[in-house]
Amino acid sequence: MNIAVPIKFVPDLVEEMEIDSSTGKLDRTFMRLVPNELDEHALEQALILKERHGGTVAVITLDTGDVDEALFTAVAKGADRAIKIAGEGYAEGVTSHACADLLAEALKDGSFDLILAGTQAVDDLDGSVGALLAAKLGIPYVGYATKVVEAGGKVVATKEYPGGLLAEIEVSTPAVIGIQAAEKPPRYVVTSLVMDAMKKAKIDEAEGAAAGLEGAAEITGMRPPEAGKGAEMIDGDANAVAEKLVGILKEKGVL
Amino acid sequence: MAQDVWVNIETLRGEVTEISYTMLAAGKAIAKGLGGSLRAVLLGGNVKGLAGKLGAADSVTVVDHPALADFNPDAHLLALTDLAKKGAPRAFLFGQTASGTDLACGLAAKFGFPVASPCRTFKVEGGEILFEAVTCGGKIIADGKLPGPTGVAIVMPGGYKPEEAMVGGSPKVDEASPESDLGAARTRFRAYIEPDTSDVDISKIPILISVGRGIGQKENIDAAKELAAALGGEVSSSRPIVDQGWLPTSRLVGKSGKSVKPKLYLALGISGSPEHMEGLPSWETLVAINTDQKAPIYDVATFGAAVDVLELIPKLTEKVKAAKG
Ligand SMILES: Cc1cc2nc3c(=O)[nH]c(=O)nc-3n(C[C@H](O)[C@H](O)[C@H](O)COP(=O)(O)OP(=O)(O)OC[C@H]3O[C@@H](n4cnc5c(N)ncnc54)[C@H](O)[C@@H]3O)c2cc1C
Repeated sequence: MNIAVPIKFVPDLVEEMEIDSSTGKLDRTFMRLVPNELDEHALEQALILKERHGGTVAVITLDTGDVDEALFTAVAKGADRAIKIAGEGYAEGVTSHACADLLAEALKDGSFDLILAGTQAVDDLDGSVGALLAAKLGIPYVGYATKVVEAGGKVVATKEYPGGLLAEIEVSTPAVIGIQAAEKPPRYVVTSLVMDAMKKAKIDEAEGAAAGLEGAAEITGMRPPEAGKGAEMIDGDANAVAEKLVGILKEKGVL
Repeated sequence: MAQDVWVNIETLRGEVTEISYTMLAAGKAIAKGLGGSLRAVLLGGNVKGLAGKLGAADSVTVVDHPALADFNPDAHLLALTDLAKKGAPRAFLFGQTASGTDLACGLAAKFGFPVASPCRTFKVEGGEILFEAVTCGGKIIADGKLPGPTGVAIVMPGGYKPEEAMVGGSPKVDEASPESDLGAARTRFRAYIEPDTSDVDISKIPILISVGRGIGQKENIDAAKELAAALGGEVSSSRPIVDQGWLPTSRLVGKSGKSVKPKLYLALGISGSPEHMEGLPSWETLVAINTDQKAPIYDVATFGAAVDVLELIPKLTEKVKAAKG
């Protein structure tokens, strides 16, 4: 099968998040963007399918700035093609709807049998890209998948419910599957192979329309969460903390 | 219709799921603010009997069809599309769940309804529906407006008490039959795969030593196991640990794992994402160890310490062992 994997770049949650007081939205000036974790799982699942049944894998992303390394990394891992869509306003953040519209435009020629996307992204505020993309392309969608296999021209997605319950859903292709986790953890690739890909591979560049806000609910402002009562913080080094914790555990009747 | 609120009732193996009640509670508040009524939309196979459990709604629309017996994304979407064609409400609520998210975006995109997600609470002010959404792993709250004439909201747990909507009653029930040929659905439910029940049931364990991505490496989990053994508890974990294959799914706490109500929950290198906290409806003492002073888990924990878990675990194990003598 020919598989496309859209990659959404999202704020790196390890970094501090600041609100820009003039816009009331996330301050993107120094924000580090990283590929959405579940999209990395989608790529892994696509590579597993390719290894198992043959076919090709293409990664596709909006050029929100500094995306090349991630695309070359995908190629180093085994992707056959990398596509970057550039357009106005992408660096300021793109809604899931706009992202789905732009991807649908790029993927509508029907050369893909399967699109694997992360089932959600950490910064989604208007639904998830994969589900919207399926609707825009007029093809079926199944999300929360932890495994995808090919079976007689169709695919079977394993959908995850709470508590470890799974359901097998058969899906006609073309289709979009929202990946919750790949069958195996995403593979690592050594830097030398990424460097190699940078030298040999070429990123296909396409022009996209300006990103709009249509379809997304209006966001009027952002803020840090209310800090509730908050935890009682224990100061000191690890040894002192361990000492105090033992005291607390005794008090609480755990010890 | 124009000011009504619809809730997509989810069922799993014949039971109404908890998020459905959370949404009914949310929907009731919105409908009250708008002066509209609350309708529960119940799709399934042989589900009419469940309508009596949806007393929080003013009315229940039941679509009963064998093709809807177990969640089948495309068939459910066809049936919902048929309903929405006849007249859509002001707000349509779906769960931020395995079935809700499949349907919400699909339906919205078909009709051009705007979408908001993941919404925790709602307010109606001056006839407008305002929502609060939790994003960036719980580090940011976004405030927004759900535009009309119809808006789709994907609802996460935490903002409303499901118990409030768990009331019986005799809402008006109407039955609709799908006009679309559900046999033409491009997806088909095949079978369930049951969870492995051979491991301990962490939902019954009072002392949980829970490891997150901050544990760094698989090998470090042994130290956490030793601490758990010293305290007479068990290890549990957040999702990345299970996705890495470092612990089995049976140890997962959260949205896709188990719900636990421990006496002690010691969170080691866990940020406290909304999906993780979904699995912690209550606890007696929650101790969080996380080097990031701003980690969301500190907003709710009883005690916290911003030290390296790898330094703390051996020291704590040693002192626990000493205290036990
Ligand atoms: C549909 C869906 C379902 C999900 N279901 C679940 C679920 O059931 N359960 C679940 O847990 N997640 C679930 N997730 C994933 C969830 O969104 C988060 O990604 C996950 O909970 C994060 O796990 P974490 O806290 O271990 O990792 P992170 O968020 O990466 O946090 C790691 C923390 O460790 C701290 N840290 C790092 N090093 C150290 C150190 N040496 N000492 C002390 N602290 C350190 C960091 O400051 C950070 O706060 C789900 C996601 C989706 C989309």
